[in-house]
Amino acid sequence: MLIDPEVMLNSFKEVILTVLIVLAAIAALEGLLYLIFVRWLKLKNAIVIMLISPAVIGLLILQVFPLLWEARLSFTNMSLKHFFNFDFIGLKNYIRVFTEPVLKQVTFFPLLARTILWTAVNIIFHVVGGMCLALLLNREMKLRGLYRMLIIIPWALPQVVAVLAWRGEFNFEYGWINLVLQRIGLTPIPWLTAPVPNFIAMCMVNIWLGIPFMTVIFLGGLQSISGEFYDAAEIDGASKWQSFWNVTLPLMQPIMAPAVILGTVWTFNTFNVSFFINQFELETSDILVTALFRAAFQYNRYGFAAAFAFVIFFILLAYSIFYVKTTKAVEGAEVR
Amino acid sequence: MSKNNPTSVKQADQKEIKVKRESFFHAARGDSKFKRLIIHLILIGYCVLSVYPLLRIFSVSLRPGNRLLSTDLSIIPANATLENFRLVFNQGLLQWIWNSLIITVGTSIVGVIIAATSAYAFSRFKFRGRTPLLIYLLTTQMIPSAMLMVPLYILAINLKMVGTYTGLVFAYAVTSVPFSIWILKGYYDTIPVDLEEAAVIDGCTRLESFWKIILPLSTPALAIAFLFNFSQAWNEYLIARVILGSQESILTWPLGLQRMIGQYLSQWGQYNAGALIVSVPVMLLFLYMSKYMISGLTLGSVKG
Repeated sequence: MLIDPEVMLNSFKEVILTVLIVLAAIAALEGLLYLIFVRWLKLKNAIVIMLISPAVIGLLILQVFPLLWEARLSFTNMSLKHFFNFDFIGLKNYIRVFTEPVLKQVTFFPLLARTILWTAVNIIFHVVGGMCLALLLNREMKLRGLYRMLIIIPWALPQVVAVLAWRGEFNFEYGWINLVLQRIGLTPIPWLTAPVPNFIAMCMVNIWLGIPFMTVIFLGGLQSISGEFYDAAEIDGASKWQSFWNVTLPLMQPIMAPAVILGTVWTFNTFNVSFFINQFELETSDILVTALFRAAFQYNRYGFAAAFAFVIFFILLAYSIFYVKTTKAVEGAEVR
Repeated sequence: MSKNNPTSVKQADQKEIKVKRESFFHAARGDSKFKRLIIHLILIGYCVLSVYPLLRIFSVSLRPGNRLLSTDLSIIPANATLENFRLVFNQGLLQWIWNSLIITVGTSIVGVIIAATSAYAFSRFKFRGRTPLLIYLLTTQMIPSAMLMVPLYILAINLKMVGTYTGLVFAYAVTSVPFSIWILKGYYDTIPVDLEEAAVIDGCTRLESFWKIILPLSTPALAIAFLFNFSQAWNEYLIARVILGSQESILTWPLGLQRMIGQYLSQWGQYNAGALIVSVPVMLLFLYMSKYMISGLTLGSVKG
């Protein structure tokens, strides 16, 4: 049986019903807001309230509330054993994050150091690689469209597919990477079983996945720089290299800043790559987010995982505040 | 940040088009033949690198069962067969694709509707709490998805939503909203305010002008937001795994495919066949949309 029509219909019904309920709720909400703010209170900015309330309420229910709930959870000893009869244990979970092994052996600070290394390596390759490709593509030449299309492919491929395919290719005997290594006379590398090669494998896959995004963003930025700037630089006697440093990079700043900040956060939080490439669950390949997943869903320490999650979140928050302050990446938030 | 106030836009318009065409590829003026050759070689090399894994997926999917594990590196293997494609459908691939498709389309529609309206408010109105809200939206990008999973999972258990699509649709619905709002807001910002003002003078209400002028003009950005929502939900693995559990007929395709490769590559050929079937349509869609995507992501953030 290829597909069961009954199962198909059931899943269809379930989703449609949910979507309809959500849409009906939005419509009801809008009607209510209209009555209250336009008809009754006659507010001037009523339209703003009507426009943003679906998003605000959705985020409140599905993001803010779960997060607050998780904050409460982080002060309890909830686990599979104490699922319903958990107690509040104060800051113990937070202390445990820093003092006890997060998983079986690995502790917090080595994990943090590995995650920072992972993020730095990836972002450097993404930005430099993306910039190089964008500069190469930013010229009139044959096959330009084809190159661009082929370069985007890693981004277009569903991530789970790409990562699982790569994992197969890291197989010691049959993966193409080791086959190529052998053909050129090198010894094959145990990508999946040894700690350091496994980490390198993770980085390779993620660099491969991330370069297209940066290339595309940077290419868009390069094309919007007016040629007049380069003419001026040329008249002043600037070399190509100088005009790259003094014209291209500063003008690219507004597009690079958000791309780098988002890229960093995304890389820091990349789950699929480190989770799947790490097929044999080496604790030496875990980064913070995969350790968080294992703490929650393999070791079922929910209260502890919640505290762990908040520690990770505050690290990211501190980084972003620092970054936004130094580069003013949120300038666009002003009303024009 | 953006300087497109009405008058300068009009004046700059014609000049800009001319200048742009002349100096679009300015940086490359006067490349020597040798330099061009090197550039082509580098690009070809990188393209091979980025496409080769996909070709390998294709190659492995054609392998007959008894030659699954081989050290062959050719793209079309000896005794190529489509057997794996038949087998993977028997495993329930169609069911998984169907499940993914309806969940994805459902959540994307909800997500885009919510984002499109609020982005308009952020783009055109000044109100108390605007900047904090925008910064909050940016902050949500920082929440690791693994972080929201713990509370969502436990809430889903308490609300008896584990193993249902309702729970999954709810969990997905708002994840892409913040990013979509930013994209759409950026795009609305580039549409001159005069257009709406003219419409208001002609007797349109604010909502009507949004519906009749802004939305039609924003089709590319809406398409990007939809595509973004779509690809987020379509490729999502983690939340689906936690919420849907393991009942075979309700899995989404990433869960189903992942289940096919255990530790010993026993169904490696079928996995690759399935991966190809799932990826190709999405990839074509993505490549087709990528030009809108690029303009949408960069518009308004860099001045020409």
